[in-house]
Amino acid sequence: MSSQSGVDAAVGARHRAPGRRLSTGQAGDRIFAGAARGSGILVLAIMAAIAVFLVWKAIPALQANKANFLTSQDWNPNATPAKFGIVQLAFGTVVSSALALIIATPVAIGIALFIAFYSPRKLSAGLGYVVDLLAAVPSIVYGLWGLLVLAPHMDGVSKILNTVLGWIPFFGGDSPGKNSIFTASVVLAIMILPIISSISREVFLQVPRANVEAALALGATRWEMIRLSVLPYGRSGVIGASMLGLGRAMGETIAVAMVLTFAPGVNVHILEDGGNTFAANIAKSFGEATSTGRGALIASGLVLFVITLVVNMAARAVVARRKEFV
Amino acid sequence: MAKRIEVSGLHAYYGGTHAIEDISMTVEPRSVTAFIGPSGCGKSTFLRTLNRMHEVIPGARVEGKVMLDDEDLYGPSVDPVAVRRTVGMVFQRPNPFPTMSIFDNVAAGLKLNGVRRKSQLDDIVEESLKGANLWEEVKDRLGKPGAGLSGGQQQRLCIARAIAVQPQVLLMDEPCSALDPISTLAIEDLIAKLKNQYTIVIVTHNMQQAARVSDRTAFFNIAGTGKPGKLIEIDDTSKIFTNPEQKATEDYITGRFG
Ligand SMILES: Nc1ncnc2c1ncn2[C@@H]1O[C@H](COP(=O)(O)OP(=O)(O)O)[C@@H](O)[C@H]1O
Ligand SMILES: [Mg+2]
Repeated sequence: MSSQSGVDAAVGARHRAPGRRLSTGQAGDRIFAGAARGSGILVLAIMAAIAVFLVWKAIPALQANKANFLTSQDWNPNATPAKFGIVQLAFGTVVSSALALIIATPVAIGIALFIAFYSPRKLSAGLGYVVDLLAAVPSIVYGLWGLLVLAPHMDGVSKILNTVLGWIPFFGGDSPGKNSIFTASVVLAIMILPIISSISREVFLQVPRANVEAALALGATRWEMIRLSVLPYGRSGVIGASMLGLGRAMGETIAVAMVLTFAPGVNVHILEDGGNTFAANIAKSFGEATSTGRGALIASGLVLFVITLVVNMAARAVVARRKEFV
Repeated sequence: MAKRIEVSGLHAYYGGTHAIEDISMTVEPRSVTAFIGPSGCGKSTFLRTLNRMHEVIPGARVEGKVMLDDEDLYGPSVDPVAVRRTVGMVFQRPNPFPTMSIFDNVAAGLKLNGVRRKSQLDDIVEESLKGANLWEEVKDRLGKPGAGLSGGQQQRLCIARAIAVQPQVLLMDEPCSALDPISTLAIEDLIAKLKNQYTIVIVTHNMQQAARVSDRTAFFNIAGTGKPGKLIEIDDTSKIFTNPEQKATEDYITGRFG
């Protein structure tokens, strides 16, 4: 068989010599192509199986639900009859992540600019390394730190913010505390700082020399050069980096679960104790949930998945757009 | 608005590399001085020492003296940022700010100098674009991105940006080497016009261009790779191209050199 096809190939080669050179299709290539395609299909199949499994588990719980899944503030899936909705979870997730982003992004940009343009060259390599290392710290460590070290200090900070900024509804309320969405946001901000900062730094370092020199030759100071050349060039990259950070903040489980204390319902006063997020809620209540309760948690997980997917797609779209500028 | 440049005993280094050695020359105001010489002989390096752009490269440093009229550019109390506002520069590749409109590109330096009033910005932008022979081509699309112009137009935009801040001196590093012949002619016409107001120094690879646009020509050379570049001679352009003092200059302009 193999000698047969060898002859065919040799004959074919004489007739279509140019075409033959295009395909170097040897056995190795075919095996590799097959393996690559096979693992690609396998990954997709596994993902599809997981999705089907989750939806399968979620459907009975959604059918047993006596409240509106999308609009109810209650989360009582273990009661009879089960009543649960995602509003509180969505509120906690979105607000804590958005706030984390608002806190982290300016700091991260500052760190990135410092490392890229201000610190002495010898220092900047080390600093960059340390920032990257922060990204590798396990979230349980951040959670413990947030609970044991940060939270006690947040009591005072919350009270000050409440007094000074209390006229803003978010910072209002009568009993600012330390196990609040605000504290969770600060922990999340610290967790997503490294990724935003290290991507931003990479983007800033890619600013073409010509753009930098254009500004300097006009008589720009270093900060003016950054404003004229670096920030416009890096803007979409920084946005993309923040979106990745946002995705990470929304999915963060254990650190948030450790910081927040439980209180039912949506509380817009984010300085007060309580609040909940999708991921933290799953981690806290999966263990003692009934089968309907588990289904409800899985359904909430699917919602989180959709939200995260949308954020990630937005980030990709923004990052892809920046190619047009270069 | 134009000032005389007087350089004496100037050396420039990149880290441990000695790039140019002991250069002294005078550049007259309201004239065009061309720098010619083989690649790597330090023309760009020398040019960049004249507005303190050399030192923005990590590890790069300068020794010697550059006087702009009676001010020492490397004096201890002189701010390099202020020097660059006085001595403008145009680069080899046009480098407009890519995310800015045509208007904002020209206005960028003015805004650095604290000009904020819209009417004043409008006036200076128009005047600078006219000065750079670009106004007619862009006056209907000032809000469009500068990066959308052709290469030659971008280079004139960069010249407009440089002259908008009314520098004393305009340095140009091979401003036409990335351009087609028509755009090159447009820039050469512009240089002839600008020299009535500015002291102009232009690096060029093109001997005809040096002969066409310049009043004085400086020839730089390098003894071999790794050796520092030197100024061989500087003289009136007509003299350099017909009857140079140095044998090396003659070899170079007659093409008997690398
Ligand atoms: N950024 C730099 N770092 C190190 N060496 C450089 C740098 N720029 C130029 N040089 C060196 O300095 C010498 C002069 O270069 P340059 O001034 O660019 O010459 P020219 O403009 O005449 O072609 C060359 O040997 C070049 O390799
Ligand atoms: Mg050069």
